[in-house]
Amino acid sequence: MEDREKLNRLRWRCTRRAMLEMDLLLGEFLDRVFPSLSPAQADAFVMLADLEDLELWPLINGSRECTDPIQAEVVALLRNVRVK
Amino acid sequence: MSKLTIPVRKFDAVIVGAGGSGLRAAIQLSEAGLKTAVLSKVFPTRSHTVAAQGGVSASLGNSEEDHWHWHMYDTVKGSDWLGDQDAIEYMCRMAPEVVVELEHFGMPFDRTDEGKIYQRPFGGHMSNFGEKPVRRACAAADRTGHAMLHALYQRNVRANTQFFVEWMALDLIRDDSGQVLGVIALEMETGEVVAFHAKATVFATGGAGRIFYSSTNAFINTGDGLGMAARAGIALEDMEFWQFHPTGVAGAGVLITEGVRGEGGILRNASNERFMERYAPNAKDLASRDVVSRAMVTEINEGRGCGPNKDFVLLDITHLDPATIMKRLPGIREISIQFAGIDPIKAPIPVVPTCHYQMGGVPTNYKGQVVGDDGTPVSGFYAAGEVACASVHGANRLGTNSLLDLLVFGKSSGDSVIDDLKSGAIGLKELPSGYADRTLARLHRLNTQTGGSNVSETRLELQRTMQKHCGVFRFKDMLAEGVAKILDIEKAVARTEIKDKSQVWNTARVEALELDNLIEVAKATMVSAEARKESRGAHVRDDAPDTPANPNGRDDVNWHKHTLWHRDGNRLSYKPVIMKPLSVESIALKTRSY
Ligand SMILES: Cc1cc2nc3c(=O)[nH]c(=O)nc-3n(C[C@H](O)[C@H](O)[C@H](O)COP(=O)(O)OP(=O)(O)OC[C@H]3O[C@@H](n4cnc5c(N)ncnc54)[C@H](O)[C@@H]3O)c2cc1C
Repeated sequence: MEDREKLNRLRWRCTRRAMLEMDLLLGEFLDRVFPSLSPAQADAFVMLADLEDLELWPLINGSRECTDPIQAEVVALLRNVRVK
Repeated sequence: MSKLTIPVRKFDAVIVGAGGSGLRAAIQLSEAGLKTAVLSKVFPTRSHTVAAQGGVSASLGNSEEDHWHWHMYDTVKGSDWLGDQDAIEYMCRMAPEVVVELEHFGMPFDRTDEGKIYQRPFGGHMSNFGEKPVRRACAAADRTGHAMLHALYQRNVRANTQFFVEWMALDLIRDDSGQVLGVIALEMETGEVVAFHAKATVFATGGAGRIFYSSTNAFINTGDGLGMAARAGIALEDMEFWQFHPTGVAGAGVLITEGVRGEGGILRNASNERFMERYAPNAKDLASRDVVSRAMVTEINEGRGCGPNKDFVLLDITHLDPATIMKRLPGIREISIQFAGIDPIKAPIPVVPTCHYQMGGVPTNYKGQVVGDDGTPVSGFYAAGEVACASVHGANRLGTNSLLDLLVFGKSSGDSVIDDLKSGAIGLKELPSGYADRTLARLHRLNTQTGGSNVSETRLELQRTMQKHCGVFRFKDMLAEGVAKILDIEKAVARTEIKDKSQVWNTARVEALELDNLIEVAKATMVSAEARKESRGAHVRDDAPDTPANPNGRDDVNWHKHTLWHRDGNRLSYKPVIMKPLSVESIALKTRSY
């Protein structure tokens, strides 16, 4: 798959989710933070985006800890996103 | 025009939508041995049903005495007498059965010490015909919708339902007799357009809350089922009725729970005044949803809103002990920080009344069959869930009744398909010639448009127009202006242009196609709302105030009827409310007061 196709698929999976909170956060992250991630972080983000919302949201709001260190880095960046 | 052909796949039944209602219908069909396809824009367990936390209602009577007839009374009253009483009786009577069935499908409900399903009270649900609150809501912690979808999905996997994930249905296929023969759909991964040819088509596409600027609904709720039905000549029912939640974060729409005001949160205007003291001297900030929402809009409309555009009010909890906020309102601080950029311990949260639930939709009877203007079924077409209007929610939905609606009408629509197949009422008819022409022309137009309008700008204009002209509190002149504006926006929607013309994963194209559906819902809503010259349930007009002759502004003499909006000619007609239940006495019109 081309990069454009991969990115569009990721965009769909980030912005058509079950919860509005996640649409907003992941969409914003994709636009503003994703382009500057390291390849390892980008892979970790793709895996996080594959989680269901009720698995991902607890990681972001801090009620559950991330075990994988690179995922934890990305979650910390997600936590810093401000949607306005 | 040349007759272009597209690939055809044949099924007994095609279901569009894999939320609670679509999955419930699919179980019925697949377990009956029918070859069933379910199409979804997203993986099934990512459907918006996941967002439902509160619970699902059923008069199980596990914690105290309860009866379906009391549930029925509450639902009729909640609907402000616009709900059809046959459908409401059916739903409330079926509730215990479908909830217990769901338990058997593996739903992990909360339990009492004796191991029964635990039940809690929920707004509007009462015992003994409105006497006092009753425990009727069944929940699985705060993840009821999520747990429900997982239980239903697993059951479908077992029953061999065929899922088509990341497929978008574009249009209904109907022949000259009006019979529905399936849908035309787009596979996002390939860009391929395919006909799903079926004996029965079930719509379970969910709501359309994204027509409003401020909405608690996820981005996926673009009303595709309504757009497809309207383009195929099916009238949409009661589209003026939308339930709003008073406290969504301004801009983002994310819901701030009622619990915040329960813990002492105060609403303030630009001069820091606790304005609810003027509107509801006793209940103040804890007055009912509609009273609070209307007060907020009045403050904003009269220039006392906050911020540079004076377009929101503030929800203040800065006077609460930070320890209380952290303990009693977990999550609220994170939500405020991430979605309003505000730490609520230090500063108040900007909020506005926010669209939450669509009461109207594709008209059906209580069997989940889509019906035409005269109440007769449209052959081969069924609908359930938020896209459908049975009508059980009438002018206003009670909390926890929509998850119930998904289960009851998901199941009954599936049963109707089975019955209609058995009786020979439906069967596989040939596809009419040129059945895909209109859809292909729409795609061709989009691919070749030059000098056209921008999709996200046009969508934003549509959403702002709906919010301003047709929000929680409605005004005669604003509505009239709103109709003109929406018709202007329709012209821009007809000229949308996308830069990306590729086939594979072209999300720009999909968003443009979603906008084609949003505009149909917006027109239906605005035109229906402008025409209804009374206040009823969630439709509240400034020029239809509370008077002794018309309490709460409701005018039963002229307006106790369902609206039908027809896309063709942008025209309205009306049909009577069904006041005769299936087995009990009619619940007579009365003023709705709590
Ligand atoms: C924040 C929030 C909280 C809520 N809490 C409660 C609650 O506690 N109790 C309650 O009873 N109700 C609640 N509701 C309402 C309730 O959740 C919804 O009404 C209900 O889940 C809708 O279910 P559905 O099956 O009709 O549609 P959805 O679950 O929205 O599913 C729609 C499906 O249709 C698919 N689809 C749509 N268009 C297309 C297309 N063109 N092609 C292919 N597939 C398509 C989607 O992919 C999805 O699978 C809540 C709503 C919100 C927003």
